[in-house]
Amino acid sequence: MPAATLTVNGKAVTADVDPRTLLVQFLRENLRLTGTHVGCDTSQCGACVVHVNGRAVKSCSILVAQAVGANVLTIEGLAPSATQLHPMQEAFRENHGLQCGYCTPGMIMTAVDMVNRIGHDLDDKTIRHELEGNLCRCTGYHNIVKSIAAGAKAMAAGGGVRRAAE
Amino acid sequence: MNATGIGAAVRRKEDYRFITGKGCYTDDISRPGEVRAIFVRSPHAHARIRAIETAAARTLPGVLAVLTGADLAADKIGNLICGWMIHSKDGSPMKMAPHPALAATKVCFVGDPIAVIVAETSAQARDAAEKVKVDYDILAAVTDPAAAQAKGAALIHEIAPNNTIYQWHLGDAKAADAALATARHVVALDIRNNRLVPNAIEPRAAIGEYDSGSGKYSLWNTTQNPHVARLVISAFVGVAPEHKLRVVAPDVGGGFGSKIFIYPEEVVCLWAARKVDRPVKWVCDRSEAFLADAHGRDHVTHAQMGFDGDGRITGLRVRTIANLGAYMSTFSSSVPTYLYATLLAGQYDIPAIYCAVDAVYTNSGPVDAYRGAGRPEATFVVERLMEVGARVLGIDPADLRKRNFIRKFPHQTPVIMNYDAGDYHASLKKALDMAQSRDFNKRKRESARNGKLRGIGYCAYIEACGIAPSQAVGSLGAGVGLWESAEVRVNPTGSVEVLTGCHQHGQGHETTFAQVVAERLGIPIDNVAIVHGDTDAVQFGMGTYGSRSAAVGLSAVVKALDKIEAKAKKIAAHLLEAAEADIVFADGRFSVSGTDKSVAWGEVTLQAYVAHKFSGQELEPGLKEGAFYDPTNFTFPAGCHICEVEIDPETGATRIVAWTAIDDFGTVINPMIVEGQVHGGIAQGIGQALLEGVVYDDNAQLVTGSFMDYSLPRADDLPSYNVGMTVTKCPGNPLGIKGCGEAGAIAAPAAVINAITDAIGSEDIAMPATPQAVWAAVRKANMGRKAA
Amino acid sequence: MYAFTYNRASGLRQAQNMIAKLDEPKLLAGGQSLLPAMKLRLASHANLIDLGRVEGLAGIELKGRSLLIGAMTRHFEVATSPVVRQAIPALAQLAGQIGDPAVRHMGTLGGSLANNDPNADYPAGALGLGATIITNRRRIAADEFFKGMFETALEPDEIITRVSFPLPKKAGYMKFPNPASRFALVGVFVCKRGSEIRVAVTGAGTAGVFRVGTFEEALKKRFSPKSLEGLTIPADGMSSDIHGSAEYRAHLVGVMARRAVAAAVG
Repeated sequence: MPAATLTVNGKAVTADVDPRTLLVQFLRENLRLTGTHVGCDTSQCGACVVHVNGRAVKSCSILVAQAVGANVLTIEGLAPSATQLHPMQEAFRENHGLQCGYCTPGMIMTAVDMVNRIGHDLDDKTIRHELEGNLCRCTGYHNIVKSIAAGAKAMAAGGGVRRAAE
Repeated sequence: MNATGIGAAVRRKEDYRFITGKGCYTDDISRPGEVRAIFVRSPHAHARIRAIETAAARTLPGVLAVLTGADLAADKIGNLICGWMIHSKDGSPMKMAPHPALAATKVCFVGDPIAVIVAETSAQARDAAEKVKVDYDILAAVTDPAAAQAKGAALIHEIAPNNTIYQWHLGDAKAADAALATARHVVALDIRNNRLVPNAIEPRAAIGEYDSGSGKYSLWNTTQNPHVARLVISAFVGVAPEHKLRVVAPDVGGGFGSKIFIYPEEVVCLWAARKVDRPVKWVCDRSEAFLADAHGRDHVTHAQMGFDGDGRITGLRVRTIANLGAYMSTFSSSVPTYLYATLLAGQYDIPAIYCAVDAVYTNSGPVDAYRGAGRPEATFVVERLMEVGARVLGIDPADLRKRNFIRKFPHQTPVIMNYDAGDYHASLKKALDMAQSRDFNKRKRESARNGKLRGIGYCAYIEACGIAPSQAVGSLGAGVGLWESAEVRVNPTGSVEVLTGCHQHGQGHETTFAQVVAERLGIPIDNVAIVHGDTDAVQFGMGTYGSRSAAVGLSAVVKALDKIEAKAKKIAAHLLEAAEADIVFADGRFSVSGTDKSVAWGEVTLQAYVAHKFSGQELEPGLKEGAFYDPTNFTFPAGCHICEVEIDPETGATRIVAWTAIDDFGTVINPMIVEGQVHGGIAQGIGQALLEGVVYDDNAQLVTGSFMDYSLPRADDLPSYNVGMTVTKCPGNPLGIKGCGEAGAIAAPAAVINAITDAIGSEDIAMPATPQAVWAAVRKANMGRKAA
Repeated sequence: MYAFTYNRASGLRQAQNMIAKLDEPKLLAGGQSLLPAMKLRLASHANLIDLGRVEGLAGIELKGRSLLIGAMTRHFEVATSPVVRQAIPALAQLAGQIGDPAVRHMGTLGGSLANNDPNADYPAGALGLGATIITNRRRIAADEFFKGMFETALEPDEIITRVSFPLPKKAGYMKFPNPASRFALVGVFVCKRGSEIRVAVTGAGTAGVFRVGTFEEALKKRFSPKSLEGLTIPADGMSSDIHGSAEYRAHLVGVMARRAVAAAVG
């Protein structure tokens, strides 16, 4: 496969990899962006969710080759600066939306995508339905749902939303 | 209350790294020169290995080694062990079959590892794994515990005739029989406590490394108890001596029990690292985890409870067959015995109890502790019998419970446990109020108008936590003591490192432990760091499971803090030229009682290390103290959960429409974290009741081998939870803590099934109560009603 | 995954040529079924031909009395398209129930139809609406397209380009998900177009998506859930697994059909 270029968290990167390399492998192993996790092998757990061209995708089910030329945003690139958290990150901390932390990056990336698509006023039922592709074994989801509702509101209040596509 | 002290909902210190993607889990670690391990696993449930052909695999590109059980044996690597000795009622010891890390002569379940491929990349290792040819002589297999002891069932291990590991019992059989014989009513149930896969979202992983220069081994591992792993791997498996082995448990993505145990894969990575002289990493796939992780539960039980004419329990008799799978995992033997039968009194004053437990081998994955471990099974037995008893006797289920509650403490049950404190009325009453149980019938009518069946179910549970007093568990067969250690290191600048033998994998110790330390020393919480999970840093510890960290681990910290304060007072007295007895320590200052003379914490800590003002021998420099804390009793968290369900009788789909949880955990350090633990536990309990269950087919193949067939609860399967607390302090430890990690998983299954059976008017439903199962039960109940 | 060569097609003709020339070719559309299968080494293909950059394969267009949707249109686009929501709301709802949000951002209409997973949603929509599958070579009526589990009428070198959905008067889709996978344990799509009634079922049959003649006849008399009361289908030919016996699935077909009609008539 010819070397491919894509943008990850605002930086151009070149991938010269085996064609079977999944985006998540490229992020974790080549770029050492290990915040994106792998929790299953059937595209169900959502621990690997990143944004590709501004939309949530499961980075375990897309080849890096398919993402050539794309803008990829991972959990490491979500915060607007080194000293400021994204409002969704802050909401997860404030509402105890995480325990072991393993599903958390995927949850947060999914949550931000949810707000981008649906808006800032998210009810319990909508959030639970939208989380169909993200599994958590620690929290029982109660505080994740609370975090996302709060994070969505905080994003409306002017918290920085950065989308890779923009 | 201090803003960050005991009782404050402090936001977690550890969260920043997790929400920014900077957590460091085992698979995030990359050691220089690391290579990958892939295991060749048995596709058969039971077979003799005639030959293993590895030559073709060895020649593939990137392959560094193909190792088998024969290589393990040649290197004299020992077997994995079960560390809790159970004796049968005839006095004979449990029948522990050899469990080599790589099966050499026989495979006993689908997924049993046979060989490991070590290659430069995992793709290369996988390619090579497919080239390993194994010649099997396939044998008949058995997975059903109820069938394992039958004549003609496949014999799995020579050492265990009839596949029976032990036949154990507890309590007074004669008294229980007599109680049942004379009871006015006897309620009987056949119960299958379904087998579960823990499914922490982070799959297991291990990196083994060997430094030929120093002869030192290192193991980075997804473990809940690194010191126990080091002890077993050195003392029993014999890969490396204890002082030459470092085990690191970095961030661990959930455990729920499944990461307590010492598994073949980590042993093999460590051993193989020396053979190939490269760090060897193994990362489990989810499908592999379904096969290779220890499962939980899997009991078949017949239970009878007797009641007198007033609804008082006269006796309880329980007969259980527990499936331990193909090999005895690390603590497997204790789960269906001392973690189970000892809790069969529940919250009730039951005069006579007898429980007999047979543990059996089957051709299925090993079964060991999973969140609650034995206690959910016991609670399910007791609380299902209470609910059915209430229905049979025509007594309100809450009233029946009230009539039988233990009222005086301490209370000695007929099954070892001595309950130290509790108020079961208080939690039941609060739960009934919060659940608005008085208006339930109105809600039921509303549901009926929409064509839905509504039901309400109670569960008044008890558990034994704070695992555990070493003397007690030693007398019951444990191979280790279950105390905990702590070391408090005070730095010259006054900041503090607390080293604990507990390990956090979601519980938030970095925050709760720091809350206690900061409050005690009067320093900002940010000046406290909790160090755990590294055998090179922490001297020894027993790890985290059994809701023990706060009750046992934090008690050790408190004990060490007592010593720190005593030493610091000595230094302060010296600095203030006062008598030690006159020094008062409060809010981070040492004062001389009755004077305005004082010195700040930071000055004392600095002086402790510069030691300029210490004179000769009378005061030792430094400020560091350690403590080992061993409790004298278990702790007994208890509470009452109420579940309300709505069932669509046309499809059988069950929706949980309300959940009330009132728990008594004693002193609560951080209510936010405690509530989170309750939520998670309930979710796993609901999962067991409604969704999760391992299925093996007739060939002992695992049908539920991925999330495509094993239903892990999703957000829209679960309700929001109404959580509240009552408090009776635990008298057994300095802070009065009982522990909170397992309560939800213990309480929830019975609450759900009690609600479903209430809704459908039939007791005939097994877990998991899937839509199909509920639909069939509703239909059967309706047919029964028509026939009658 | 087994090793493969990745090929990116920029046009339909190039994709066709690649299929002709390359060894063991396989088209890669959204990859949400194909890549997981390859990851588990359940599928092996020497050459993947990525259609992701082929011009003109994605898009939604209302043309006369038909809704034309490009084969590479993602489920998310179909679920949220104002055009689809206006023209065939049941189809938008169906697309919005496939997988999860992240899967819907990648998965495509053409990929789903070509795969013809017996538990997938789109086959029910296509068969239920009487769609026409348009390929680089011909037009195939949905009734001729689905040939059993994972089997379709597509020739090895045939590429779906668009699907034409004739607009219904009324349509509804009701899905009872498999509790684990969330694929359809039973999904029923009903549609009324003049005197034509179609009832298509996914998830239940051993031979993939199928129509239910008896339900269609009953609904011809009156398009109302009441017309289906008491009607069931035989359990013969139903799939059976741990999540649903043949009998349970057959029962659910009746329940879901009634609810789909109720949804269709609003």
